[in-house]
Parts: sequence; C-alpha cells; structure tokens
Amino acid sequence: MATRLKEAGIAAALMLVLAVPILGINIVIDGPSTHLEGEPLPVVIAVFAVFLVRLFHGPIAMALGRVKVPTLLPTPERMESYRPAILTVLIAVALIWPFTASRGAVDIATLALIYVMLGLGLNIVVGFAGLLDLGYVAFYAVGAYSYALLTEYFGLSFWTCLPISAAMAGLFGCVLGFPVLRLRGDYLAIVTLGFGEIIRLVLNNWDSLTNGPNGIGDIPKPTLFGLEFSRQPEMEGGTTFHEFFGLDYSGGDKVVFLYLLATVLVIFTLYIINRLIRMPVGRAWEALREDEIAARSLGLNPTTIKLSAFTIGASFAGFAGCFFAARQGFIDPKSFEFIESAIVLAIVVLGGMGSQVGVILAAIALTVLPEVARQFEDYRMLIFGLVMVLMMIWRPQGLLPARRLRQELPT
Amino acid sequence: MPDEFLHFSQQVINGLTLGSIYALIAIGYTMVYGIIGMINFAHGEIYMISAYVGLIMVTLLGMLGVHMIPIVLLLTLAATILITSAYGWTVERVAYRPLRGSPRLVPLISAIGMSIFLQNYVQLSQGARNVALQPLISGGWRFGDSAGFQVYLSYMQVIIGVATVVAMVVLTLFISRSRMGRACRACSEDRPMANLLGIDTDRVIALTLVNGAALAAVAGVLVSLYYGLINPFLGFIAGIKAFTAAVLGGIGSIPGAVLGGLILGITESFTSAYLSTEYKDVVAFGLLVLILLFRPTGLLGKPDVEKV
Repeated sequence: MATRLKEAGIAAALMLVLAVPILGINIVIDGPSTHLEGEPLPVVIAVFAVFLVRLFHGPIAMALGRVKVPTLLPTPERMESYRPAILTVLIAVALIWPFTASRGAVDIATLALIYVMLGLGLNIVVGFAGLLDLGYVAFYAVGAYSYALLTEYFGLSFWTCLPISAAMAGLFGCVLGFPVLRLRGDYLAIVTLGFGEIIRLVLNNWDSLTNGPNGIGDIPKPTLFGLEFSRQPEMEGGTTFHEFFGLDYSGGDKVVFLYLLATVLVIFTLYIINRLIRMPVGRAWEALREDEIAARSLGLNPTTIKLSAFTIGASFAGFAGCFFAARQGFIDPKSFEFIESAIVLAIVVLGGMGSQVGVILAAIALTVLPEVARQFEDYRMLIFGLVMVLMMIWRPQGLLPARRLRQELPT
Repeated sequence: MPDEFLHFSQQVINGLTLGSIYALIAIGYTMVYGIIGMINFAHGEIYMISAYVGLIMVTLLGMLGVHMIPIVLLLTLAATILITSAYGWTVERVAYRPLRGSPRLVPLISAIGMSIFLQNYVQLSQGARNVALQPLISGGWRFGDSAGFQVYLSYMQVIIGVATVVAMVVLTLFISRSRMGRACRACSEDRPMANLLGIDTDRVIALTLVNGAALAAVAGVLVSLYYGLINPFLGFIAGIKAFTAAVLGGIGSIPGAVLGGLILGITESFTSAYLSTEYKDVVAFGLLVLILLFRPTGLLGKPDVEKV
C-alpha cells in the first residue's frame, strides 16, 4: 500500500506540472496587453483523478481483465446456417425503417451510412492489407469534386458520375501509391497525410476550377430512373417523382430516397468487398499484412498487391465522396480536412481492423452518438483521441475482432 | 549591390531561420525513429504545447516585473524545457511503453490518437484562437543602400540561429561523450543486444523522447517569440514538415535532420518569395514524395537492411 501511495503521489505531482501551465492558466487578451488568469479547478480535478487512477491501477486493470467483452455474434459454425436469414431481416429492417422514422433521424442515418462506406473502404487498406493511410479523406474529396465538377462543366448525371468518381479516386490512389508502397509502412502514413493536405490546399487555391474556399453549390441530387425529387422539374421536359406517381409533393420523399440509395450503395460495397476478400487477392492482402517476408518468399509481389488494396480502398472513398456531394448539394474544401481521415481511422480501429461488422457498428456509433450527445460536441475529438490510445493498449484487435477465415485439417 | 542579390540574401536569411526551427523539431523525430523505429506523431503537438508554455512564461515574468531580456529568455527556456520534457516523458509512458513489442501499426495508431488528444486538450483549455505576444526582442540590422531594397536581419533571427547551434553542440556532446549517450547509440544499433548487455532500454527510450521534447521546447519558445502568434493547430503542419526534413536528411541521422531542416526552410522561403505563398506547403510535401521516390534513404541516411 505504501509503495502504491508513493507511486500515486509521484503521478499526481507529475500531473500537477503538466496541468498547471495549460489547464490552470488562461491567457487573457484585452486590447494590446496580454495577461494571465489562474483557473485552479480543472487542475485540482485532473490531479485528483490521476492520483485515484494510479492508486487503484492494479484492481482496475484486474477488473478490466476479467470483463469479457460480449461477443455479439454466435460462433461461426452455428451462425453459418442462420446467415441468410439474419441478413434478409437486417436488410428488410434497414429498408422499411425510414418510412416510420422522423426526417431528422433518416438524415443522420444517411450520414452514418456514408461513414460506413468510408469505414469499409479504409478497412481494406488498414484492416486487410495493414497499410496505414492517413490521407483517406483526399480520395473522398477527389470523388466529391469529380462529381461536382463534371456536373457543373459537362452536365453529367449522378449515375454517370458514380463510377467515374470511383475510378478517379482509384487513379489518384494508384498514382500516389506506386512510388510509396515500395517503401516501409510508416512512410506511407506520413506521405498519405501530406497528400491529403496537398489535395485540400489545391482545392482551396485553384480558384478558377474549384471556386476555392467558397466551394461548389447547386450540385444536382440523384434521380430515380430520371425522376427528380424536387417540387418542379429542374431539367427541361423532366418529370418529378410525385407527378409521375400522382402523389402529393413531400420534402421527406427526397430524404428517404437518399437514405435508401445510401443503403443500396453500402450493400453493394459490402458485396464487392466480401467477394474480394475471398479471392486470391484478398488472401494475399492478409498474408502480406501478417508477414511480408514469408509472403514474398511464396512468390507474391508485395508492390502490386499493396497497390491493389490501396487503389480499391481509394475508389470506395471516391464512391462515398460522390454520394456525399450529391446529398449535400454543396461542397467546399473544409469538409475534407485531416480530422475526417482521423474519424474514419477511429471507426476502423474501434470496430476492429479487418472486421466488417465491427466497422459498420463503429461507424454508426461514432456518427449517431455525437448527434445524441450534442452538449459534449466540443469534447468529441478529445475523446476520439483518448479512445484510440486506450484501444491500442487494451484491445488492439478492436471491439469486434475479425474472425480469421480458416480451415482445420481433419485429424 | 544589385537589388536582386539583396532580395536573394533576404530569402536565404528567412529560410535559414525557418529551417533552424524545422531542424530542432526534426531531431526529435529522427532520434525516436532511430531507436524504436516509430514515427512519434505526437511530437508536433509537443512543440505546440511548448510554444504555449513559452508564451505563458514570458507573460508571467512580465507580470512579475522581470524585464531584463536575457533573464526572461533564459528563465522561459529553462521552465519550458522542463515542462515540455515532462509532457514528452508522460506521452511515452502512457501511450508508447505499454505497446512495446506489438505490431508496427499499433503504436503508430496510439501516437496518432495521442496527437489528436493533445491538440484538442490545448484547444479546449486555451481556446481555438490565435494568441498574440508582444515582441520581446525587436530591432535588428539593415544592410544595403538606404534608397533601394535593404536586407533585414533581426536580433531574434540571430538568437534563433545561435540557440540552434548551441542546442546542436550540446546534443552532439551528450550523444558522443556521455554514458547515457553511448547507451542511446547502442540502442539504435541493436536494441535487444543492448538490453542483453544490461542497458535499461526503457530508460533510454524515455530519455530519447525527453531529449526530443526539450529540443522541440527550444523551437517552440523561439517561434512564439519570433512570430508572436500561436494557435493550437500549429503543431500539426510543423510536425509534418519537420518529419519531411528528417526524411530528407535521412531518418535516424542527426546531422541529416539539421541539413534537411535547413534545406526545407530555404526551399519554402524561396517558394513563397518567387512562386506563391499559397503553394508553399504543397512544395514541401511534393519534396517529400520526390525524396521517397528517388532517394528513400535521404541525403545522409544509411540504407535500411531488411532482416528476417
């Protein structure tokens, strides 16, 4: 007990040194002069909290070790037979739910689905291939701007732009990845981080093309086989959805349509990724992540395989970006700052690298929770950062770790 | 002397000033990378925190009635180095030490989380605004005709240059002469072996992070005195640039980090002067991609041998 008290005392003293200048002193600027004001309360709280945590560090760690994070899914063998049924129910609920929910809730759900798409895309790069991409938002931006610019200058529709956006983002990923992926992993992290900033700076400064910081507005919404969801047809000779079906105009239709479209895109993304990871290339991603040297000695070409993961991941970001631009109707470089990359990374880390169910749940949680707890909005990123550190210490495999595909040899 | 030459010299002076700051931060990256092979993402935020601590110390001393400039400067530097080192040590203890021996990606993600945490911690406690400091040391020398363009070398720029050189000399002596410095070199050669020979590697790693934080503290104090304007976001961009400098010079090499910092500073100052200020960051990152493409080991780095 005495040594524990001593350790806790040292930790508290250290916290005091750390907290006094930043937490305990406020810089007050009035007019030309700057002076300081003391604010003791946060320091006292911080020091006390550190003291307690340190004092009861042992018991806390033991308690945490004993807590078994519930595995939400039944074991794979039992689950296989239920799988189609569960999937059907889930998809049906996802499709019927918006007709009963409020417009605001559907809107938030649409946003959550965008993050699901981003999370699934980044999961290929970080989770399956084990490449740390910190500039994922750049590809999201490429996708969004591809749609916005193509529709502004060439009048192309959403459905034409969707594959083009994905292809553009994939192309950017390929061009960026090619020189960098031959190098060690951590270089990739910093180069992608720099690349994310370059894309944002270029979008911000290339006024003649992207309209700079003012962004691009009036991006048309997606149509359903040419039917628009506006009150009046915007295109010459166009028909609107409510006219075609003889319904009364309702603004909610558009929101629900966007939600359903996002759901379809997520299902499409999931389908493609699930095919990919069962293909040789998907197996190769995981092999390379686990042991690059062993994978190479088995004749896999690391550069090509990493490049494929990077490119495919990027193109899903472009996909999500295109939908994002269509949903917002307005985009500017501010939507594509580093913090977005960090949020998507937090989703992947929290959900469990390589675990798709985990990533989907984490994306929903991390989008919906801040909306529910609005009063804590300022603390959102602080908590994200903390959670990332704590997860790495206690549960680096994520809340719902991926189950490895495996085949046991009969004995 | 023709105006073009004077203009050119002015850019060199500005570039060297900026480059010295980058060099001081870059050393922190390069040393940590040399020992544990990890990019310490939180380093940029440590530098940002030191800029805040420096500004607070200067203001505090002003309020206490200490006005002798050398004393203010020395006391601020000493206090900031102490507090920032404590931050460096804590970051290592909390976010990196428990992860020793995990796969590469794990400490890297932890470092990014730490960086996000620290940035928001300062933003929440000090506000997401610019904080200005009145210039403590103003004035300087002017060269050239009084009619045409004049080269301006401020006292502050000289102080930055001198402080950087002093910090380098102290660090070099520490690494090459002291017992702990020898342990550091042994760890960067071969950590498991050093451990077998009785070197407390955990302590060496903590010390390396503290050293890096102390140098970042020098850079932070000098920056807050030089530009007189700081905000919680300055660590992010400075961090990436200092890392670029470290890679440019060859990661793991301390003279390389200094060289890389100076080259980057000069490149950036020339870009702003002759091309456009808006694209100066693009040029810096473009440089990073180019180095990695053509000379991944950097200017003074040793090639990385892959071991099974």
